[in-house]
Amino acid sequence: MKIIVSIKQVPARDSQLRPDSAGKWIQESDIGFEINEPDAYALEEALQLKEKHSGEVVALCAGPARASQTIREALAKGADRAIHIEEENLASFDTLAVARLLAKAAEAEKPDLILTGLQSDDLGYGQTGVVMAELLGLPHATIIMAVEKIDSGIRVMRELEDGWFQNVEMPLPAVLTIQSGINKLRYATLMGIKKAKTKEVKRLTAPDLGVAATAAASIERIYAPQRTKQTQIFDGTAREAAAKLIEKLRFEARIL
Amino acid sequence: MSGVLVVMEQRGGAWNRMSFETLAAAQQLAAQTGGTVSAAVIGQADELVGKKLDRVYTIEHPLLATYTADGFTAALEQLIRKARPAVVLFPHTYQVRDFAPKLATRFQQVLISDAIGFRVESGAPIFVRQLFQGKLNADVKPGGPAPHFASIQAGAFRADQVEAGTAQVEPFAPELTAATIRAKPLEPFRESARAVDLTAADLIVSVGRGIKEKDNIPVVEELAKVLGAELAASRPICDNGWLPMERQVGSSGQTVSPKMYMAVGISGAIQHLVGMKGAKTIVAINKDPNAPIFEVADYGIVGDLFEVVPALIEEVKKAKG
Repeated sequence: MKIIVSIKQVPARDSQLRPDSAGKWIQESDIGFEINEPDAYALEEALQLKEKHSGEVVALCAGPARASQTIREALAKGADRAIHIEEENLASFDTLAVARLLAKAAEAEKPDLILTGLQSDDLGYGQTGVVMAELLGLPHATIIMAVEKIDSGIRVMRELEDGWFQNVEMPLPAVLTIQSGINKLRYATLMGIKKAKTKEVKRLTAPDLGVAATAAASIERIYAPQRTKQTQIFDGTAREAAAKLIEKLRFEARIL
Repeated sequence: MSGVLVVMEQRGGAWNRMSFETLAAAQQLAAQTGGTVSAAVIGQADELVGKKLDRVYTIEHPLLATYTADGFTAALEQLIRKARPAVVLFPHTYQVRDFAPKLATRFQQVLISDAIGFRVESGAPIFVRQLFQGKLNADVKPGGPAPHFASIQAGAFRADQVEAGTAQVEPFAPELTAATIRAKPLEPFRESARAVDLTAADLIVSVGRGIKEKDNIPVVEELAKVLGAELAASRPICDNGWLPMERQVGSSGQTVSPKMYMAVGISGAIQHLVGMKGAKTIVAINKDPNAPIFEVADYGIVGDLFEVVPALIEEVKKAKG
């Protein structure tokens, strides 16, 4: 089974984010970056499917030069090779244009399966995988918690709201968006890290793929959300703050 | 192209109530942009006939009896080409996440998903969305030729603000063939009955990523115990297997509204907030003063949970004598 995993590099989870001077994106100079968490689960699922059914795992990533770190990590975990669509100004591409870039690069590989995380932790549109499927004319399923190979293709378990699930069968090739928690993430081994240095990373650009930036949805301004609730914050040492909180819970909220 | 079309969600004759929040959003949008509001439902018009709507399109076809992305996309594409709305709104449900991006792509458009509001500029909406798991907001402007597509976050608008009136029902029969539908959905099911019913708890202490590792869970467990509270968790804790899935609060877990919900080391991504923001009193303990959990908290302590939680345990013991 030849599997493409589409991964994205996003700001590290604990980063303090501030709008940049133009107010259209965040200041990127003083923050770290890491793989988008649901994409890490998609990568792990691809590696496990390969271990079960043999084949190849290709990591696909659109992003600036810094994304090569995330690509290296995917290779170290076991992806066989990678495609890096290098674009410094990805912010000028809307979700549809980014999906076009990824779909074009994926199409040439003729994969059996394309996996990606269900959403990104930065923009959070939650649609890149679905749009890729539509552009490639492939069936898809979203928010997937299990993948099983069957004679007619695959059987996948979709997560629905409120603790419900549904199995869906579909032919291959197909696109799946993977939910966090579908599997247990592996760490890269020392051997894996060593081997990653020799693995192929193919570099492509938007002009190579014949895709232009579009703006069906463009960010006008980003800003800190306004508080809707008055939150009483208790300062001081941990002991002082704890004492004040418990007092409020007893005598104001009357809970304890 | 004019007006707003709301795509309502119904399964087995029952409404997904978020549909009515989105209907309220559509009526408020149309009031500012001018133009009419129509609704579309794959199912029955039901109570929609009593709402202030231009038209209710009831989409009927045997191939739409069970949800598939292929079937719903094809049917709605045909309706939208006929009705020619300027804006199409959806409730941001799991089902909408599955097909609406595909539908928008058919119109060379992007689904502006999970919007929490909008403002109107030059007669057109600019949608407000959360970025970075709720840490920042963004104003997002739709571009390119209409229709424009957006989905509305749960709880962003109030269903009780839907304006009553009358609506004309217009059945719509799309042309579909069985070959269009590639996926074969099986019956939905629920994992084995839950042993823990968090919805019945008066007090909940919930733990998130800030706990760092499984071995630290007992710290928070002890706090729950002295408070007489149920222990719950955000999704990543259950994903890691540190606590069982049945203790998860959020869109994929349980929705709770206890007297008190104490979130320890939980940043407050929207998927978690929808499961607990109905709590009467919300307490947040987090080291990041900008964590979205503080947006909904009544009381907060900004600090290291490994210092704050033991101090709280002491204080609760003192208070309870």
